[in-house]
Amino acid sequence: MPDGALPVLDVKELKTVFRTRRGEVHAVNSVSFDLKPGELLGVVGESGSGKSVTMMSLIGLLPSPPAEVRGGQVMFGDQDLLQADDDTLRAIRGARIGFVFQDPMTSLNPVFTVGFQIMEPLRKHMGMDKRAARVRAKELLELVGIPDAASRLTDFPHQFSGGMRQRVMIAIALACDPQVLIADEPTTALDVTIQAQILELVKDLRQKLGMAIVWITHDLGVIAGIADRVIVMYGGQIVEHAPVKELFGNPQHPYTRALLETVPAMHGDRADRLRVIQGQPPVLAGPPDACPFRARCSHRFERCDRENPPRVPCGPAHDTACFWDPATGGPRHV
Amino acid sequence: MFDYANADRLVEVVDLKLHFPVYSGVLRRQTGAVKAVDGVTFEIYEGETLGLVGESGCGKSTCGRAVLRLYEVTDGSITIEGTDIATWSPEELRRVRPKMQMVFQDPQASLNPRMTVSGIIGEPLDEHTSLSKKEKLARIYELMDAVGLNRDFAHRYPHEFSGGQRQRIGIARALALNPRFIVCDEPIAALDVSIQAQVVNLLEDLQKEFGLTYLFISHDLSMVRHIADRVAVMYLGKIVELAPRDPLYNEPKHPYTQALLSAVPEPDPNLEATTQRIILEGDVPSPANPPEGCNFCTRCPRVMEICHRIDPEFREIAPGHYAACHLHYDHDDKNAGETAP
Repeated sequence: MPDGALPVLDVKELKTVFRTRRGEVHAVNSVSFDLKPGELLGVVGESGSGKSVTMMSLIGLLPSPPAEVRGGQVMFGDQDLLQADDDTLRAIRGARIGFVFQDPMTSLNPVFTVGFQIMEPLRKHMGMDKRAARVRAKELLELVGIPDAASRLTDFPHQFSGGMRQRVMIAIALACDPQVLIADEPTTALDVTIQAQILELVKDLRQKLGMAIVWITHDLGVIAGIADRVIVMYGGQIVEHAPVKELFGNPQHPYTRALLETVPAMHGDRADRLRVIQGQPPVLAGPPDACPFRARCSHRFERCDRENPPRVPCGPAHDTACFWDPATGGPRHV
Repeated sequence: MFDYANADRLVEVVDLKLHFPVYSGVLRRQTGAVKAVDGVTFEIYEGETLGLVGESGCGKSTCGRAVLRLYEVTDGSITIEGTDIATWSPEELRRVRPKMQMVFQDPQASLNPRMTVSGIIGEPLDEHTSLSKKEKLARIYELMDAVGLNRDFAHRYPHEFSGGQRQRIGIARALALNPRFIVCDEPIAALDVSIQAQVVNLLEDLQKEFGLTYLFISHDLSMVRHIADRVAVMYLGKIVELAPRDPLYNEPKHPYTQALLSAVPEPDPNLEATTQRIILEGDVPSPANPPEGCNFCTRCPRVMEICHRIDPEFREIAPGHYAACHLHYDHDDKNAGETAP
């Protein structure tokens, strides 16, 4: 990863709310992060933590209403995606920013052949004719490791297994050689042995193609294996951000620490009892004017009910949004 | 660790088969069968937790349901407390149902959205006991306390609860009739990581309190390592390896178990950088058309010539450690046909 390079994607203070009959839900709250060329940024969080909504809002994929992107800036190169019109966004989506979604069955169209679906972005965005697109589609299927690529172009999605379908999704996302690939829980629907295949494939493709990747997942194990940097999300905001080894070796936020302890290990000592995080994830109704984790936190201060902690630096390239300092066990001076 | 020398066998399954017929053609003649469970043998000791792991489609859920006789079994015997229930009629089964219960994967789908919590937990009591209204309510409150649900919520509906709480309702319902044996079919798969530990701890507490025996079906290998005393690994309708937890995780004998365990990502970047993964090629074959010989021979990294001809027998290779693999037998022709080291 080239240090100090200009980020390909720079998100500042992104806010998204959903308008519902019961009031507004603050799904994404002042989220800021950047993505450097060629790096893999892991985004960890539970369902409802806002990780998918963040990525959907920055590329304009959320239906509005009910969603409303209320502020912030998303710089992609020298363009602010939040200010861009629909045509511009359409030209960027699928061409310069590729997507892979969680469920490969519902994100492929069952009535078109796989070949057609890979050729679609090539013809729309790159202006290729049918013949050139077919040649490129075959190359892409070979790139993602589908055997007998030429003849499989005429197959329909149901003729592929789950792992193979996810490979097809990756081929479509990579078709136009994107600068950024956003992968939303791409291996969650797959079995572990197939997940291992896909993770190997992604590591391999990163070396060959060098695009930047945002990898959304709830699985800390997957993140540990592939990410360069990690963002931990909880209750619609970023609670911790660090390089991968720093995050796992020196977690600062009580949520990150609890999350790492609650997952049982595959090796080494076996705990007699699992550590639990008491309580439930928060409902994000109401303005975010207190720490979202306070109800489940074992290091809660009186201040946590009054103020939402800002992200403060706490190590090399490491920041966290918490008033508690694990080094001293007391409050952090911010 | 579980004490096997002094434990009784509560459940014994011998050569259980469950084939779903496939009909095709104009006359809908039976043309084949999906061999969802194809000859599995295991026993569960009283008070232990047997983990049953495998990938989707391997037949682990079907196996769990078949043991409770939620399906008509094709062949084999299921002995619970000394009586074989494999061929019993639904009426006969009704009498033994209170003893064996189930917790389902998706708490959203397994609770009736139009019944209140007290209705859901009380339904087995209505069916199988003749408690008065007052006694029934007392029992419902007792069960809600046991699984950590607030009594005040007894008249609420399932949609008013979170996923973890719904799973607690499902567990309370399973406990209502004082069962001895519970099949937990992926009870935590639909829950968030931070909620999974709560439910697993609850299951462990209940096991200690009521002396329950679990068949814990899951694809989450690290959670099974936590909860199970012994673990069975299934692949394409068959158990390929069965052993006490530590030998299975520390020294897996079957190449499939080895690959499966090595594929689990560890939440530790330093360990991740050094692990050698066994990446399996290809996908699981269809259970309607399993390969000849060993079921795993199409993907096995250590496949031999004999594997394509003869289905390996499931046998004991170390005390309490069973595996179905030719690598662990002394065949005369084993070395002659070896294709990979």
